[in-house]
Amino acid sequence: MAQTPAARIAVNGVSHDYKGDPRRSLLDFLRRDFGLTGTKKGCDHGQCGACTVMVNGRRINSCLTLAVMHDGDEVTTIEGLGMPDSLSALQKAFVSHDGFQCGYCTPGQICSAAAMIEEIREGWPSFVSVDVAGHARLDDEEIRERMSGNLCRCGAYANILAAIKEVMESGATS
Amino acid sequence: MKDSYDNPDERNLLDHTRQGVIGQPLDRPDGPLKVSGQAPYAAEYDRPDCAEGVLVGATISKGRVRAINRDAVLGMPGVLAVFSAPEMLRRAAQGGAGEAPMQDVRQVEFPLQPVALVVAETFEQATHAAKALKIDYDDQTGKAVLMPSPDKAEPAKDPVESGDLDAALKDAAHVVDVTYTTPGHASAAMEPHAAIAEWDGDRLTLHGSLQMVKYNVKELADSVDIPPENVRIVSAYVGGGFGSKLGISHEAVAAAVASRQLGRPVRVVMTRQQVFQAVMRRSETVQHIRLGADADGRLSALGHEAFVSNLPEESFSEPVLQATEFLYGGENRRLALNISRINRLTAGSVRAPGEAVGMPALEAAMDELAVALHLDPVELRKRNVPDEVPGQGKPYSSRKLVEALDAGARAFGWDRRMPLPCQRREGEWWIGMGMASAARVNILAKAEARVTLRADGTVLVETDQTDIGTGSYAILGQIAAEMLGQPIDRTTVHLGDSLFPQGAGSGGSWAASSTGSAVFRACEEIRAELARGLNCAPDDLQLRDGMVWVEGGEPRPVTDLMDGDIARVGRIEPGELMEKVKQATYGAFFCEVAVNAFTGETRVRRMTGAFGFGRVLNAKTARSQCLGGMVWGIGMALTEELQFDDRDGHLTNHDLAEYHVPVHRDIPEMEVLLIEERDAAASPLQAKGVGELGICGAAGAVANAIYNACGVRLRDFPMTPDKLLAELPDPFAGPT
Repeated sequence: MAQTPAARIAVNGVSHDYKGDPRRSLLDFLRRDFGLTGTKKGCDHGQCGACTVMVNGRRINSCLTLAVMHDGDEVTTIEGLGMPDSLSALQKAFVSHDGFQCGYCTPGQICSAAAMIEEIREGWPSFVSVDVAGHARLDDEEIRERMSGNLCRCGAYANILAAIKEVMESGATS
Repeated sequence: MKDSYDNPDERNLLDHTRQGVIGQPLDRPDGPLKVSGQAPYAAEYDRPDCAEGVLVGATISKGRVRAINRDAVLGMPGVLAVFSAPEMLRRAAQGGAGEAPMQDVRQVEFPLQPVALVVAETFEQATHAAKALKIDYDDQTGKAVLMPSPDKAEPAKDPVESGDLDAALKDAAHVVDVTYTTPGHASAAMEPHAAIAEWDGDRLTLHGSLQMVKYNVKELADSVDIPPENVRIVSAYVGGGFGSKLGISHEAVAAAVASRQLGRPVRVVMTRQQVFQAVMRRSETVQHIRLGADADGRLSALGHEAFVSNLPEESFSEPVLQATEFLYGGENRRLALNISRINRLTAGSVRAPGEAVGMPALEAAMDELAVALHLDPVELRKRNVPDEVPGQGKPYSSRKLVEALDAGARAFGWDRRMPLPCQRREGEWWIGMGMASAARVNILAKAEARVTLRADGTVLVETDQTDIGTGSYAILGQIAAEMLGQPIDRTTVHLGDSLFPQGAGSGGSWAASSTGSAVFRACEEIRAELARGLNCAPDDLQLRDGMVWVEGGEPRPVTDLMDGDIARVGRIEPGELMEKVKQATYGAFFCEVAVNAFTGETRVRRMTGAFGFGRVLNAKTARSQCLGGMVWGIGMALTEELQFDDRDGHLTNHDLAEYHVPVHRDIPEMEVLLIEERDAAASPLQAKGVGELGICGAAGAVANAIYNACGVRLRDFPMTPDKLLAELPDPFAGPT
């Protein structure tokens, strides 16, 4: 295998020089090289959203991008949002609203929701936005539409919506 | 105490205990781990020196592997070995098999059946080599049976026949004679099947994603030919199962075979596509339903004949008629299940096998009968609630169907429904309402659990029972905390390890009531021990927040009565009550849909479900189970369908981009009503199962709402826009 130039990737504030296989996805880098298995592999094809992380604040499917492409990037994973003894407002709301069952899609749902809340605050429109000029509503349809890239086979959608709404309406940092 | 549950426990002990946690909507104790990504799933254990295996699927539909061209890939970087061993599975095990399923991957029975495993140092190397692997086949695809053919079907079991169905239909005032079809479904659990195998001498440890550990141990041991006591399985967190992880499948045995040979841990995770192609499908069904009723809507004739498919020699046939046998009257009946054999991946249990597909068809046919009678569909169902199981004379245990119908109708606002179709229009959308009954058999399964009241007053529950998202961690702790009078935060539950006593496993909605009863009985033995210390009858014991007393006496710390830990194993197994009394769970679905008059797109706008399943053990997790079932119902009604290519039989929509499970935006406002019930015939908890009830009929409610909206009666699920478009009324005509 051809030698790859190193990529310096910061994950939850910790830097790592990646010099490995250029075929390695950001997802597998996080799970294997960094040992951060909170980010889940559900399909490896960008179809389910279980691998959602934030790169420089924006949510992406980490299975659809290669580790070596992220030189200089800052990645935030579910572990960076909060751990069991330091849960974020969104993580706490997922627990209290039972916004999960098996838990496998959950880190992706939460990372996705955290970034989505910022997108709405910044006025990004979506497919269901009536006004695309930067006045996104904080209603259920907006949240459902924007979260539709994160599948939950247990069917916890109604509870996930309730959890996200609670955090958005409280104005807490997600 | 006998293990078998033969007499109803009418004490309702959990209504008299003092801790007050049973039934409460407590948060899951595993929640903080799950929302922070710290709960370890099968593939996530960090085993030193672990090699990575990738399975390779057959490119023929039937035949035999003639040669594996190993040498070309063994020279690739990092590649360690290529396996195509006789021990490796060609079919996944059915739930509860307890022995190896069909082995020897060199024999190909269906397209993309796993035939080899490539192992390398890294996942990327193994994946690359797996794609490069060339296999020569003796190709017998021409002899494969690619599509199911009902005309070649044989009886799956003896039909249920009573009276004279044909004569009763002839005499009936109203007859519905219709054929419904449902396509194959995929479980599509979010966590793909995964295993890490490692050997220590002749002992095998497997971290797997499995639903029923005690059976899985035997299946794995038999597959690799070692005694079950040499196998340890850990399945502490399972990323969804829905039937697909009831039995062991290809990845587990492949990992074990490779690890034994290589002398190091091997991880095998199936790709999403492989899970779809190779593990387990729900059979498609063709259902011929005949209903005959008198002028008042009382059923006199009931025919339900279904066709399903499976691979040759598989014992499982989708039990489509399971609820039809007991839900409604109709003394003249014929219920027949037929199966045809086909070269398609194994058909097995997918959430609520039987009722998931049988109930929507029956409930849509009942809606057609209600239309023929000009009778409210809720009223039609209430007129057909039988006094005893038709043809069997067997009594029912507690049954809350009528209560659920009434409560659901009231909460939903059913009285606002237009009785005729095409009456409500909002812009481009036809609006309609539909309903269906819910019914699912209830099963008590053999289970064991150990409860320890430790010297410091904390409580530990241990069983190999799994929690596949169902809430086992929550409810087993609640039962123990309630019975032993300890706060929930002093209660710990350890699950999913074959070193623990054998729970019931997660399947058939039986986990909570069965393994929960084992926990209950273990606690009863501990209570008896404590009662001896106080010289009172066990049921007179009062326990709360770590204090113990008898009525009128002074509370004292329970630890005062203990010399050390008190550990007991509780056991339960099904007894005479399973045979003597018909046990089932019941409910009702109500939903409102909008059907686009121009495009045929259906949107579910709101849905209400009311369910009676005995004692509620945790109102939060139980509600979530019901919600999840209803989401599955919406998927079945509108989008979910396995599609097979009729040229070579391969599955064409083998991933989550093409097999459409519902997404956030498909799911509207949902309401769940939990009907108060105690069913002493079901378990000493007076609880029944809830994991599957929410799907059993749900798609029928959606189908009936579509008819009520736009007057189109589709009989082929899912009800996609293309099917609706062909039948929709003139969109410009407006409400009739």
